[in-house]
Amino acid sequence: MASPPIAARDLTKSFGARRALDGVTLTLGAGEILGLLGPNGAGKTTFVRSVVGRVRPDAGSLSLFGFAPSDRDAAALRGWVPQEIALYPLLSPRENLVSFGRYQGLRSDDVAAAAERTLAWAALTERADERTDRLSGGMKRRLNIAVGTIHRPRLLLLDEPTVGVDPQSRERIYGMIEELRSEGVSILYTTHYMEEAERLCDRIAIIDHGRIIADGTREELVRSTLGKSRVLTVDSGAPLPEGLRQKLAERGATMKASAAVVPVEEPAKDVPEILDLFRREETPVADLRLATASLESVFLHLTGRDLRE
Amino acid sequence: MILAVARTHLARLRRDRAGFTLAFVVPIVFFSVFALLFGGPRGATRRIPIAVVDEDRSETSRRFVDALGREPSLRVQTSRPGAGSSEAAAWDRSSAQHAVREGDFSVALVVGRGFGERPIRFGGSGDPPNLTLYADSADPIAPRLVLGLLQKVAMTSLPDSVASSGIAQMERWGAPLTAEQKAKLEERLGRLRAGSPGAPAPGAADASGLVAVETKDVLGEAKKNPASALLAAGLGVMFLLFSSAGAGGALIEEAESGTLDRILGTRVTMGALLAGKLLYLSGVAVAQLVIMFVWGQLFFGVELTKHLPGFLVMTVVTALASSCFGLVLAAASKTRMQLVALSNLLILVMSALGGSMVPRYLLSETIQKLGLVTLNAWAIDGFLKVFWREEPLWRLWPQVVVLLAAAALLFAMARRLARRWDAA
Repeated sequence: MASPPIAARDLTKSFGARRALDGVTLTLGAGEILGLLGPNGAGKTTFVRSVVGRVRPDAGSLSLFGFAPSDRDAAALRGWVPQEIALYPLLSPRENLVSFGRYQGLRSDDVAAAAERTLAWAALTERADERTDRLSGGMKRRLNIAVGTIHRPRLLLLDEPTVGVDPQSRERIYGMIEELRSEGVSILYTTHYMEEAERLCDRIAIIDHGRIIADGTREELVRSTLGKSRVLTVDSGAPLPEGLRQKLAERGATMKASAAVVPVEEPAKDVPEILDLFRREETPVADLRLATASLESVFLHLTGRDLRE
Repeated sequence: MILAVARTHLARLRRDRAGFTLAFVVPIVFFSVFALLFGGPRGATRRIPIAVVDEDRSETSRRFVDALGREPSLRVQTSRPGAGSSEAAAWDRSSAQHAVREGDFSVALVVGRGFGERPIRFGGSGDPPNLTLYADSADPIAPRLVLGLLQKVAMTSLPDSVASSGIAQMERWGAPLTAEQKAKLEERLGRLRAGSPGAPAPGAADASGLVAVETKDVLGEAKKNPASALLAAGLGVMFLLFSSAGAGGALIEEAESGTLDRILGTRVTMGALLAGKLLYLSGVAVAQLVIMFVWGQLFFGVELTKHLPGFLVMTVVTALASSCFGLVLAAASKTRMQLVALSNLLILVMSALGGSMVPRYLLSETIQKLGLVTLNAWAIDGFLKVFWREEPLWRLWPQVVVLLAAAALLFAMARRLARRWDAA
């Protein structure tokens, strides 16, 4: 069997006293889009930088198509789109693409054609010769992605590629990623945005405090963590009393400061029961929401935090 | 790969008008202003090394040479260094001339035969001078200073001869002395001969012309505008260091923007990245020096085409060394501001010590020796050999070896400092 695009086992990495990766085991299959979700500081970027060879793990094993991340063959097979707009601001999009194409070892004969193709893919042909620092934020983001793909990598690492992007540009970026998927490119996609992960990713891994705490398809995650298809959020507007918290916890609820998020299977039966608990503990109900269980609720259930915290 | 890095930077330079201006126009403006204003520095205090040849070997010439040796402004050598003071090792006219040509001395003095008989000459005697000063006018100060000192030393060390000559003139143009007057005079002159030769004599401050000296320029007589080549070299090297440090700062910008990280995530290694930057910086530096010297040839009499091979050799090694220096500064600095402060400080000090701002011959001997730790001094010495001494190419080897070794050392330092950007 061919080696997978990413195979990480028990990766650990500490920066001083802070443990950024704490035994990460994760595999990305060929042609798969794997979403890596986690709050800020969870270890997403450290993991991506390990895959790029810019972070040396303290322990564990990591291979890309069977190569070590620092291997030149791995570099040729891998494309990286960092979170920052890491481009030459004074160069044009075309010059940026040509430069990075050369850095990736493309021959002079091929690099111009590759740049042309990539510009068209990113819808930047019309602005190809302007200075990059004069492009809009969305265009810079698209160019940032384009630069990571000029050499047609088989594995693409997208680190929060839509941060600060307007909805129109975001749609364009989603379109670019769909095209890569259709070409069979394997993608590791880190994001804060649940809807992105739900829309684009075949599989989702949730990372928190440097550990993978869940890994599967959206449906698998909902089923394995919540066990129910819907969640009821009840907000009292004031801290919940301890007795009520205990009773809600017995129903698998996740507590926030003044609210509880309770998984429910049969709303007609479960909702009155939950509201009755509030009534008995003399706790007012200020707001009530019933929703289909989402990655957001999975994440909250697993980490006790919202993703954007 | 290395070429790719260099080409990217070339494209960047085209977009950075301020950087472009700094790299090419400002040095030319500076050079022009200095070349126009350079009227000869004054007020230098240093000991001038001088080779002295006593062909006369009379008692008077010995007294004269001894007095020169006691002169605090001069460092007199009558024999070659390391050879002791035996007669066989003493300078002769041709070896002293050669030493000046080689740059070991700015001046050499030959006390010719017959000096002892008539050292002092009042008025135009018509006889050829018997003191000859061989000078290298690359240093325009030393020969003039020595000329003045010769008059002073003649006055203070040979007061008897001054008096004798004066009386001879009086007898010639006035009336002869009586026998009794002559006897008394002889007695007084004897006392003068025995007196302290170093003591100032009345009128010494205005003793110009007491001894007739013929000055011969051993190198620069045929040159059109010698100072311009030296200025171009001095200022050129200084600006090369500045522009290399500035351009090397792109490394800091790349690190700050995350571009450096991204580049190192491709197939480019840190070694290749630095080598590419070195190639680019050196190319720009060579272009800067070429433009500067072409400008110098067009408007200030620098004889570039006549000295092209030597110029190219010195330009390439100087460009390499200064580019590596720029890389070290960039790799050592954490921010642009740090780089600006560090480079301003180091480059200005190096330029002052190394002869880019003020010719080194104006500095004290200690500072001159200290200056040899700077790239400027070695580069300027090399250009001096090419444009001034017109030495054959192979004679540039000390400068070439030192500058190439400095380049290699600095590049290794830059690579080591850049380890902070290696994978964490």
